[in-house]
Amino acid sequence: MGILNFFSATKTFAHGIHPVEHKEQTADKPIRRLGFAPELVLPLTQHRGKPSRPLVKVGQEVVRGEPIAAADGFLSVPIHAPADGVIRAIDLAPTAEGPRAKAIFLKVHRASTQEVLYDLPRDLNALSSDELIQAVQDAGLVGLGGAAFPSHVKMKPPAGHPIATLVVNGCECEPYLTCDHRLMLERPDSIMAGIRIALQATGATRAVIGVEDNKPDAVARLRERIPADLPVTVEAVETKYPQGAEKMLIKSLFNREVPVGGLTLDLGIAVYNVGTLAQMGDLLPRGRGLIERVVTVSGPAVFRPGNYLVPIGTPLRFLLEQTGMSEQAGEVILGGPMMGMSVASLDVPVTKAVSGVVVLESQDPDLAQRQVLPCIKCAACVEACPVKLNPSLLGELAQHREYERMARDYYLDQCFECGCCAYVCPSNIPLTQYFRIAKAINRDQTLKPH
Amino acid sequence: MSRPIEIRTSPHLKRARTVPQIMQGVVWALLPICAFAVFQFGLSALLLLVTTTAVAMATEYLFARLSDRGNTLNDWSVVITGLLLGLTLPPGFPLWMAAVAAFVGVALGKSLFGGLGFNVMNAALVGRAFAQAAFPVAITTWTPGFAPGRFWELIPSTLTPPFLQPVAVKDWIAGLNVDGFTGATPLALQKFQHIEVSSLDLFTGMVAGSAGETSALLILVCGLWLAFQRLLDWKIPVGVMLGAVLVALPLWLMDGNVYPTPWFVLFSGGLMLGAWFMASDMVGSPVTPWGALAYGLFIGILTVVIRLFGGLTEGIMYAILLANAAAPLISAVTQPRVYGARKEGRS
Repeated sequence: MGILNFFSATKTFAHGIHPVEHKEQTADKPIRRLGFAPELVLPLTQHRGKPSRPLVKVGQEVVRGEPIAAADGFLSVPIHAPADGVIRAIDLAPTAEGPRAKAIFLKVHRASTQEVLYDLPRDLNALSSDELIQAVQDAGLVGLGGAAFPSHVKMKPPAGHPIATLVVNGCECEPYLTCDHRLMLERPDSIMAGIRIALQATGATRAVIGVEDNKPDAVARLRERIPADLPVTVEAVETKYPQGAEKMLIKSLFNREVPVGGLTLDLGIAVYNVGTLAQMGDLLPRGRGLIERVVTVSGPAVFRPGNYLVPIGTPLRFLLEQTGMSEQAGEVILGGPMMGMSVASLDVPVTKAVSGVVVLESQDPDLAQRQVLPCIKCAACVEACPVKLNPSLLGELAQHREYERMARDYYLDQCFECGCCAYVCPSNIPLTQYFRIAKAINRDQTLKPH
Repeated sequence: MSRPIEIRTSPHLKRARTVPQIMQGVVWALLPICAFAVFQFGLSALLLLVTTTAVAMATEYLFARLSDRGNTLNDWSVVITGLLLGLTLPPGFPLWMAAVAAFVGVALGKSLFGGLGFNVMNAALVGRAFAQAAFPVAITTWTPGFAPGRFWELIPSTLTPPFLQPVAVKDWIAGLNVDGFTGATPLALQKFQHIEVSSLDLFTGMVAGSAGETSALLILVCGLWLAFQRLLDWKIPVGVMLGAVLVALPLWLMDGNVYPTPWFVLFSGGLMLGAWFMASDMVGSPVTPWGALAYGLFIGILTVVIRLFGGLTEGIMYAILLANAAAPLISAVTQPRVYGARKEGRS
């Protein structure tokens, strides 16, 4: 926390960057429903943890909302059928990460309705905390901000670490993305219902919603929709990337830091994305599963950018046919452009964690021909790194392949690959990629038997 | 989609500013100072700046070619080196000596380390340090500014034939009939005769000195512009000035007859040029925020100590070179506390 923060009224963290937001393309586009693709692809790993276990056989008829794969253990979630149809195959499918992974292929009936037939209404107030956590898992909920961490796991802290505070993440700091912004404007009551459930399940005594101050309408809307009996406050935080990273948001809201190697639970805090809570508020009372989500489709190469309610499993090819894509399209990114992944194939489906599909134009030659120059020690990366690492030094070590030293002496593992260092680097050094590789190699080293 | 899909790693966005743009920004900031040098010292200063810059560029080109690094002139950094070297030399400095200094500065100070980003010390100052050792007389021969014929005649020493000692300029200076010109810089006057030149003259550049160091005001304005463009770290020049005052103020308070005033210390000699344009050279300075300030303070303190207690009249050059050498160490001991790390040591 710098001296300057003392004088500023806005809550914020140190360092970070201000990339061009590009949100105007979709910020005023209400959420619209998208039709069904002829075939949906549902990878068994759409979340962190163990892959789900298929419950269906090839040729089996399923209805919209029906579970088609079960959670395999606590660190796993079930998958539900996003449409009426028949299981065509259980086979390998391309994923955003690269390697093909097992998925359920669902051939959608032409007559599939948007109505969810698989319902199990219940009174949540009658449920105990454990039953509620089970219900969250049954709904197949994961962190919809992009992390895809099973939501129910965060509700059950290790013994001796009670959760006191719920942080609701409505920052949406990635350029182009506006799906959370639209959700806060259009479905504040669902978010409040989700907060009520999360408070009940975790035993937290209050919830704080953090929203970047470039969305004053969302702040106002949420504030006016807080139920009288719900201990919720809404805080505007500075618009700065990566404000939406949970560690940064906690620093901004409470001026507290998650210890190195620790979890937010160490501070008695659980963080949920607004999109996750909106789904929780909608799905749980009716006993439904997560079958669709809001996705921002945007970028200079998209003809009809907007916020679409997309069935999980919709292939990108179908999605982009609906929105239109220009000939200049070069790179298709899942998530935002700062941390998102570019896909190798348009057969990759929208999964639970996909908050946006950003299509950039083929890279302008200026940028493509930019050389990688030696580090000139300009310190721009040092001033940008939100966890206060020394990317300049780490980059130098990476070039010398001193990966272990990077982790041992210079906190490499604290890097969450937000991309700030590579974004500001005037020498065009791919720092973030260096660190990703270094961490992967270190992981391999620890796994290898000595 | 007609073309093959493109795959890149995140982040997929990039800020526009590049190394050549940063370097060009510094060159732009140096141009007014060069212009004033030419205005004050005339044709000789112009030839001096052209010579150092051209030789520096040629040396860079040669060594980059020899070491297969391609053409590195397009990063613009060597232009800064050439201009800065020229600005730190006396205006009547023989051109052949300036060329040698530029060659040595770029070759020894930069290219042999591996070029941009790998040099430990400021290349311009390495060149100047070499000149100081090799040509001790020429580098302390000062000529008056604003000589009437400065735009059409050269200072006699400028065109000294290579490998010969420059002609004495005493007679030429006497012929100019400049009142009160003693051939000494304000620093030398203060140090040896305890005569302090007026701060206003120092500020506006109405004094003798190296080609580009005379007007503290102009350097300050150009430096501030760079700082506002975020092309230099303001903590470094501020640190240098603060460090200088920290030493000079108590001494002056103790004995104002022997020791100079703090403002004289700030505005005389190469302190301003060094603080804003050489100490702030990114490559040789620490990357950590506190490190930048410590590095600046170190330079400021050392400069004044050399000036007042050493054998030399000016200390900024050696102060910066020493601080350059210490920069990696300063960086290492001033690492900011990582988010979530305990106050001391690793968790």
